[in-house]
Amino acid sequence: METVNIKINGIQVEAPVGSTILEAAKLAHIDIPTLCFLKEINEIGACRMCVVEVKGARSLVASCVYPIRDGMEVWTNTPKVLSSRKKTLELILSDHDRKCLSCVRSGKCELQKLCNDLNVENELLYEGARTHYEIDESAPHMYRDNNKCILCRRCSAVCAKVQGVGVIGANERGFSTTISCAFDLPLGETSCVSCGQCIAVCPTGALSEKDDTEEVFAALADPDKYVIVQTAPAVRAALGEEFGLPIGTNVQGKMVAALRRLGFDKVFDTDFAADLTIMEEANEFLDRVKNGGVLPLITSCSPGWIKYCEHYYPDMLDNLSSCKSPQQMFGAITKTYYAEKMKLDPEKIVMVSVMPCTAKKFEIGRSDENAADVPDVDISITTRELARMIERVGLNFNSLPEEDFDDPLGRSTGAAVIFGATGGVMEAALRTAVETLTGKDLPNPDFTEVRGTKGIKEATYHVAGMDINVAVASGLANARELLEQVKSGEKNYHFIEIMGCPGGCVNGGGQPKQPASVRNFTDIKALRAKALYTQDANMPLRKSHENPAIKQLYKEYLEKPGSHKAHEILHTTYVKRTVNQL
Amino acid sequence: MYRSHVLVCGGTGCTSSGSHRIVETLKTEIEKNGLKDEIAVVQTGCHGLCALGPIMIVYPGATFYSLVKEEDIPEIVSEHFLKGRIVTRLVYEETVTEEGIKSLSDTDFYKKQNRIALRNCGIINPENIDEYIATDGYEALGRVLTEYTPDQVIQTILDSGLRGRGGGGFPTGLKWKFAKGYDADQKYVCCNADEGDPGAFMDRSVLEGDPHVVLEAMTIAGFAIGASQGYIYVRAEYPIAVKRLQIAINQAREYGLLGKNIFNTGFNFDIDLRLGAGAFVCGEETALMTSIEGNRGEPRPRPPFPAEKGLFGKPTLLNNVETYANIPQIILHGADWFTSMGTEKSKGTKVFALGGKIHNTGLVEIPMGTTLREVVEEIGGGIPNGKRFKAAQTGGPSGGCIPAEHLDIPIDYDNLISIGSMMGSGGLIVMDEDNCMVDIAKFFLDFTVEESCGKCTPCRIGTKRLSEMLDKITKGNATLEDIDKMEELCYYIKENALCGLGQTAPNPVLSTLRYFRDEYIAHVVDKKCPAGVCKALLSYQIDPDKCKGCTLCSRICPNNAINGKVKEAHVIDQSKCLKCGACLEKCRFGAISKK
Repeated sequence: METVNIKINGIQVEAPVGSTILEAAKLAHIDIPTLCFLKEINEIGACRMCVVEVKGARSLVASCVYPIRDGMEVWTNTPKVLSSRKKTLELILSDHDRKCLSCVRSGKCELQKLCNDLNVENELLYEGARTHYEIDESAPHMYRDNNKCILCRRCSAVCAKVQGVGVIGANERGFSTTISCAFDLPLGETSCVSCGQCIAVCPTGALSEKDDTEEVFAALADPDKYVIVQTAPAVRAALGEEFGLPIGTNVQGKMVAALRRLGFDKVFDTDFAADLTIMEEANEFLDRVKNGGVLPLITSCSPGWIKYCEHYYPDMLDNLSSCKSPQQMFGAITKTYYAEKMKLDPEKIVMVSVMPCTAKKFEIGRSDENAADVPDVDISITTRELARMIERVGLNFNSLPEEDFDDPLGRSTGAAVIFGATGGVMEAALRTAVETLTGKDLPNPDFTEVRGTKGIKEATYHVAGMDINVAVASGLANARELLEQVKSGEKNYHFIEIMGCPGGCVNGGGQPKQPASVRNFTDIKALRAKALYTQDANMPLRKSHENPAIKQLYKEYLEKPGSHKAHEILHTTYVKRTVNQL
Repeated sequence: MYRSHVLVCGGTGCTSSGSHRIVETLKTEIEKNGLKDEIAVVQTGCHGLCALGPIMIVYPGATFYSLVKEEDIPEIVSEHFLKGRIVTRLVYEETVTEEGIKSLSDTDFYKKQNRIALRNCGIINPENIDEYIATDGYEALGRVLTEYTPDQVIQTILDSGLRGRGGGGFPTGLKWKFAKGYDADQKYVCCNADEGDPGAFMDRSVLEGDPHVVLEAMTIAGFAIGASQGYIYVRAEYPIAVKRLQIAINQAREYGLLGKNIFNTGFNFDIDLRLGAGAFVCGEETALMTSIEGNRGEPRPRPPFPAEKGLFGKPTLLNNVETYANIPQIILHGADWFTSMGTEKSKGTKVFALGGKIHNTGLVEIPMGTTLREVVEEIGGGIPNGKRFKAAQTGGPSGGCIPAEHLDIPIDYDNLISIGSMMGSGGLIVMDEDNCMVDIAKFFLDFTVEESCGKCTPCRIGTKRLSEMLDKITKGNATLEDIDKMEELCYYIKENALCGLGQTAPNPVLSTLRYFRDEYIAHVVDKKCPAGVCKALLSYQIDPDKCKGCTLCSRICPNNAINGKVKEAHVIDQSKCLKCGACLEKCRFGAISKK
């Protein structure tokens, strides 16, 4: 790799050509503070937190975007630099809602940390006119509190560039600049897909999921309710981060223990429903292939993707698998099969899901998601909300014992746990579809071509005399690119997996927030995915159709995949939506 | 052939004072008098002396009629055109002498000017390409395409010492050289016609009066750097300029001077217009390109500079209108001709928009190195009402105020910067003793606060806080510590803002602090506004010895703040006084004063 030599604070540093000062400084063990910068997503040099002195430059420069060149001399910690950064923070604070004590981000707020690091002593130093905004509660999954917005634009960048949605952006100008929707529409009236990626990147408490923890606590305290919890695969790969564990630590056992201690009547695993999804979806796929159904078949696990498809590709709804998502299948089976089996009144069951996702809060309210004539799922909380519940009741998470999920809906295979990573659903489906088509045991269940964090992945498998072309996309801008290629006829696939969030559910909008200082230099989605693939590799059963609880379910209740009953309980319908037009 | 040509100014200034109606009436009257085939009416661009508009010049003889009204037309037609008798009462005063009408170029306003960029403005019909060609138009392009290599063109511009007329003063030739130096499948030439400084309108004048010069220069630039497409980013608030540019582009295409295979040399170049939607920041080069790309007009960090990655990520050359207006003349007359004008580091001329407390408001083009005193006292005709010069503001909201002690400084890029101001695009606003410098600083700063795009913290919040601090001073609520805090914030914004708009925003504050700190201190310590502008620090008083008790003031007062009996001295209730000054204006006995 070609490198250049520069001096930072008098120390010689060798860094790759094309590096920014920020990156070169990292190599010299110097962390320059940043606020607006998100690598490859928001490289706009706007907040001015990362300013440094460069010899010969007319003014301070933003190190996050300033390219290095040979012989450059940089100072990152002069009095001028430090006082400038401090003043930038003091100015931001002068137009910031400073109710830190009651803020959901308190203690984990990037702005708060910078203020501490840079010794901001007086938040009132530049007190003056303030902007005031109504809190936007119109969307089903989140709050937008612009009084806490510092206009770093990470949210609008991720929405536009990573998700290709772009429903939020800067309106007005100067001191009145706000991040809002076009024509100041409430977010809930736009084509926002509820993915929550904006929340994941917000450095402050301006964007947050709707907190449903009090509702869960109320259900748990109600003696008339039977409260069942299910946890999505990706949750176990990230929850530990909220308790200081390294990124990529699998905390399934402690999570189950914590849920039991929180008082849930049953602690089940969404993984069970992931296996069930594979049974139904693989069947649907094979049926479409054999009987000339609409291809490519596209997965339907990700509610952000589903809403995106309904808004932006309403002409492709027939390509979507009619399978409910694992969360919804789980709720449906719990309130039908399990309720009958255990002689429970579905009306009295409270189905709580713990999801890495904010769009799940939207999904539970969709129509045609009520197999037992009551909503399949009652409350959907994010990984972050679960962590808050654990903290609230004083559980010492890290010292909890490891416990197992309850039977029978806590049983799953390795195919299910990899649902949390991009390519996981495809791989799980292939494991079952290939064995069904060939009638033979797969010697090796790994389909590594569809693994990894790349935005779009493709593979062709030769199975039972036919070539099956598959593609996997994560992140909705990638999904759009892929779909455009399909629509134009440039690409021809049989089966496509799409996940709304880049990297899949491990990087969902409801997962623990990692500050930009970590995101910019660590691939958190890869580390979390690794935890899931490791678990898969170590499981005795790795194919959905081998799950004994699934076999039992079909035997006792559903008959066979794609049966009339399965359709009634496990499948759903979609609606055509529009993109806002005035 | 016509025996006489009547040039009527069709610039925005004269148009808004009714010149288009004058053209109509002229044509009717000329027709009525049977002179249709003898006298041609030509609507031209701006002559510069906007204070005297509408302007009409009659050739031969160059009789300069000023402040012409519609009702004057029949007289001018029947007297001057029919009988050959000049209507002296309508002729520009200064040209009327005992020996007869003297040449316009001998007047104070024009004699020190040297019109290069404005060469054709007021002379040709801007909507007729033939008139441009008749004044050597497109000859420079022809020479360049047939006799020059791109490097020779760039060398000529480099040798001429031409610097960017849009504000920064970056050497134009160097910019062209950089843009040529990057290889790409597509390059662009852009023209910044998003003139936005308050009071500046030289670019508008060129576009309205001589649009082809911009097209010709951009095409030359396209040849020099290897671009095939140009964009003119012009503000939508310049409808006449937009219209004439579009006419010019269509005519140039029709004549084969834009498009494919220009002059049969195989060189292709075309130009399209892009209209700005009224954001000052879009005059900043990266914001301008972002806006052309269809995005919210906001600056982006440099490097990369436009020469490397500009419009749509491609190498781009961006110059402003006045810069381009110099190019064909430099090609035709040579770099040496151009360097013969100006100072050591600033060559050629600069157009200034004179405004404020000065007689001859309008546009002037002067050689670099002309002193500020010459501009104010001679060309500008001095300050009205016998008032004293206090300062000249140059560079718009990015510039600063120059005090009387620097009146004799030769105007050029470096001198202006050394005294805390800048050339900017060429706004020059004169202030007299009635102007409060704190108030002036606030005026310019508030402009930036309004026009900040809101992207970077120092500009979005910092300038707002500066404005609030100035407000506190003008209201008499500030302390000396506040002045220090304000100054510190100014330097912070200069060092930290993302683009030129923010980095220069504190200049009006810093330059007034530098030269008029005593005025700031008077506001803060004595709670007085020496110029009597800042309302909160004023009080109106009635001198009981002079007051006759006529009651006029108490009747005119909108807030019933003045009391008194008829024929007895009146008193102003300070708690009710709105400080509107209506009483002071009305008092016939000079009994009311402002302190």
